[in-house]
Amino acid sequence: MLALTRKKSESIMIGDHVEVIVLGIQGEQVKLGIIAPKNVPIHRKEIYEQIQIENQEASAHINMVAIKEFKKPRSE
Amino acid sequence: MQLVTKHFGEVEYDENSTLTFPHGLPGFPEATHFLLMPDSSPNDLFYWLQCIDDGALAFALIDVYQIMPDYNPLVEPEEIKELGNLADAQLEIYNVAVIPEEIKQMRVNLKAPIVINTLTRKGMQVIVSNDEYSVRHYIFAEWEKTKNNG
Repeated sequence: MLALTRKKSESIMIGDHVEVIVLGIQGEQVKLGIIAPKNVPIHRKEIYEQIQIENQEASAHINMVAIKEFKKPRSE
Repeated sequence: MQLVTKHFGEVEYDENSTLTFPHGLPGFPEATHFLLMPDSSPNDLFYWLQCIDDGALAFALIDVYQIMPDYNPLVEPEEIKELGNLADAQLEIYNVAVIPEEIKQMRVNLKAPIVINTLTRKGMQVIVSNDEYSVRHYIFAEWEKTKNNG
């Protein structure tokens, strides 16, 4: 892993088109600005991991019987 | 064509009806070819996204608009331009569901819908910018409401 030290308002370039700027630092929080082409999706790592986990859960829970029960008209 | 699946037995399908997900799905990057099958009726609430590359892999999808007609996922057009020319694309949106045995715990991923262009037969799972949509949305109560009203 490459580790770089940057100050507020300094930036790094990733390739020719993606720039990451340190907008501000407050205690343990760093605010980053990202300038990238619109076709580059940018997401917090946590959300991407949540989606990976949720997809795994979804593929492990295929309860066709539950769906069938669920669809049954009410008997009341 | 014929596919042996874990959940649906042997499935007959037309080669032209397959869907391609160029990047797979998050967590399943190798799964790039799928069949989309309604659970029972053509306008079903539930659909199955059956992987062709791996017969054991399938996902339950929900046509969430039937429960939440105001569902309004926001995505940059550039993010889905791989699906083909958006000017005349026919987009369909589904949401991946987790369906546990206790059906009341059923949940859907509103944050990352599956978007399919039925003209190019390409699809992808995109992360929408709406802050109000979560990865785990428990939808049973809303579903019950629409069922009772309908």
